[in-house]
Amino acid sequence: MSYGTTEAVRGIDLEVERGEVFAFLGPNGAGKTTTVEILEGYRRRTGGEVSVLGEDPERAGREWRERIGIVLQSGRLDPYLTVRESLDLYAGYFRSPRPSEEVISLVGLEGKADERASRLSGGQQRRLDVGMALVGDPELLFLDEPTTGFDPSARRQAWDVIAGLRNLGKTVFLTTHYMDEAQRLADRVTIIAAGRIVAQGTPEDLGERDVGETTIRYLADGSEVVLQTTDPVKTLHELTSAALAKGEELEGLEVTRPSLEDVYLELTAAAEENAG
Amino acid sequence: MNGLALVGHQFRYDQKAFWRNPAAVFFTVMFPVIVFLILAVVFNGETVNVRGGVEATTYYVPAIMSLAIISATMQTLAMTLVIAREDGRLKRGRGTPMPPWVFIAGRVGNSIVVALMMLVLLAAIGGALYGVSVPWDRLPAILLTLVIGAASFCCLGIALTAAIPSQDAAAAIVNALLLPLYFLSGVFIPEDQLPSGVISFADLFPVRHFFDAFFDAYVPAGGSAVSWDNLAVVALWGLAGLLLAIKFFRWTPRSG
Repeated sequence: MSYGTTEAVRGIDLEVERGEVFAFLGPNGAGKTTTVEILEGYRRRTGGEVSVLGEDPERAGREWRERIGIVLQSGRLDPYLTVRESLDLYAGYFRSPRPSEEVISLVGLEGKADERASRLSGGQQRRLDVGMALVGDPELLFLDEPTTGFDPSARRQAWDVIAGLRNLGKTVFLTTHYMDEAQRLADRVTIIAAGRIVAQGTPEDLGERDVGETTIRYLADGSEVVLQTTDPVKTLHELTSAALAKGEELEGLEVTRPSLEDVYLELTAAAEENAG
Repeated sequence: MNGLALVGHQFRYDQKAFWRNPAAVFFTVMFPVIVFLILAVVFNGETVNVRGGVEATTYYVPAIMSLAIISATMQTLAMTLVIAREDGRLKRGRGTPMPPWVFIAGRVGNSIVVALMMLVLLAAIGGALYGVSVPWDRLPAILLTLVIGAASFCCLGIALTAAIPSQDAAAAIVNALLLPLYFLSGVFIPEDQLPSGVISFADLFPVRHFFDAFFDAYVPAGGSAVSWDNLAVVALWGLAGLLLAIKFFRWTPRSG
C-alpha cells in the first residue's frame, strides 16, 4: 500500500469483528488515513488483500455503499442547508434510510434541526457529519479522527454519540491519535506507527499492560523508595505488614501500572526511531 | 429512487442552496441586471451600427442575456463545484450509493433553470423599461440557442474546476477568463466601436460565438433566427470541455 514513491503503510494485518468498536490509534502521519481510505474504497492499494463486508472496496458498488457510512477526517457541510435538510438530502441517496428525526436525536441535535449548518458550533457540525453517515443506517461506520480539535465538552458529547452506536449494534472503525479516546470507546485497539502495526489488544491488556511490572513508591525517612514488582499483592502485603508491626506509616504510598499513554508513547517512539 | 427521481431530489436541494447563497445570487442574478441597467442608461437613444443599425437598448438585451447565461452555467458551476470539492463535500457524496452522474446532473439542471429565469427576467426588464419587444415568434430559436449554449458552458465550467487549485483561486480564475472576453466580444462595449482585430481575436473563443448566436435569435434584424455556424463552434467548445471534464474532474480536495 503506497502512493507516490513513499510506501505509506505495509504489512498491516487487521481483522475487525462485527459489532465491535475498533480503534486504530497512532500519531499524525502514521498511515491511519491511508489505511482507512483503502478500506473505504477511496484509495487504490499497490498490494495486499482487503475484504470489507465480504467485498473488495476497490470493486464494490452501490449495494456495498448502502451498507457503510463514512465520516471523513475533514469534511465541511453545505453551509446553506439546515440540519434536517442536509440529512433529508442524504436520506434520498439510500434505499432504506433511517428517518432524519431519529438521526437528529441520535446525534443530539434536537433543537438545532432547522438551523443552517453554518450557524452550528464546530462540535455540532461534526455531530451532523456523523449523522449524515448514519442516515443510510449502515452496518459499518468509519470515523476518521472524529474529535480532533475539539474542546473537552464537545469531545465528551461526541464520545457519547459514538458510544451510543455500539448499542445500535453498529461496527465502528475509529481512527484517532488520542489514547483516552481509544481507551474510552474501543473494544479493541491497534496501534500503528510509521506505517506499521506495533501493538494490538484490548485497552486493558495492550502492550502487556495487564501483566507488566507494577511500580510501588513510598517515602522512608524522607527519601523516595521505588519498587518494581510483577506480584504487587505479595509485595504490598509484606510492606504493609512490616510497617504495621513497627507502627510506622508508609508515607506517600502509591501503586501504579503503566498507563495506556505510557505504553503508547513507548511503542510509537520505538517504531519511529526504527523507521527514521 | 430511480435515477431521474434522484436527479430531481438533488436538484431541489441545489436550488435551495443556490438561492440562499448571497454570492451566487449577486453574481448570477443581480450583477447582470445592474450591468444591463447601467449600459441602458448610458447608451439610451444611441444606435449601434450592426445589422443595419439597432438601438443600443435592444443590443444590450441579448448581450446581457448571454452574459447571464454564461454566469449561471460556467461561472456558477466552476465556483460552487470547487468550493464543494475543497470542503470535502464531493468526496463525502462519493461515499454514498448515489451515482456520481446524478450529482452533476442536479447541478447542471440547477444552472439551466437559473439561466432560463434570467432570460425571462431580462426580457421583462428590457420590455418594460425600454420597450425592447420580446420576439415571441422566435421563441423556439431562442430556447434552442439557450440550451446548446447553457449545456456547452456547463461542460466548460466543470472542466475549468480541474484548473482551479483552491477555493480562494476560484473567483479570480473565473473572472480573469470571462471579464476580458465579455469586453472583447462586444458584450459590454458595442461591437461597432471595437477594432476588427479585437473581434477576430474574440472569435477564437466561445463567448463571442454564443453572443452572436443569441443576438441572431433575439433580434429580428439579425436575419435567420438560428445561427448554426456559431452554435456549432459553441457546441465544439462544449464537447472539448466535456472530454476534459471526464478526464480531469476530481472529487477529492486538492488541499489535504
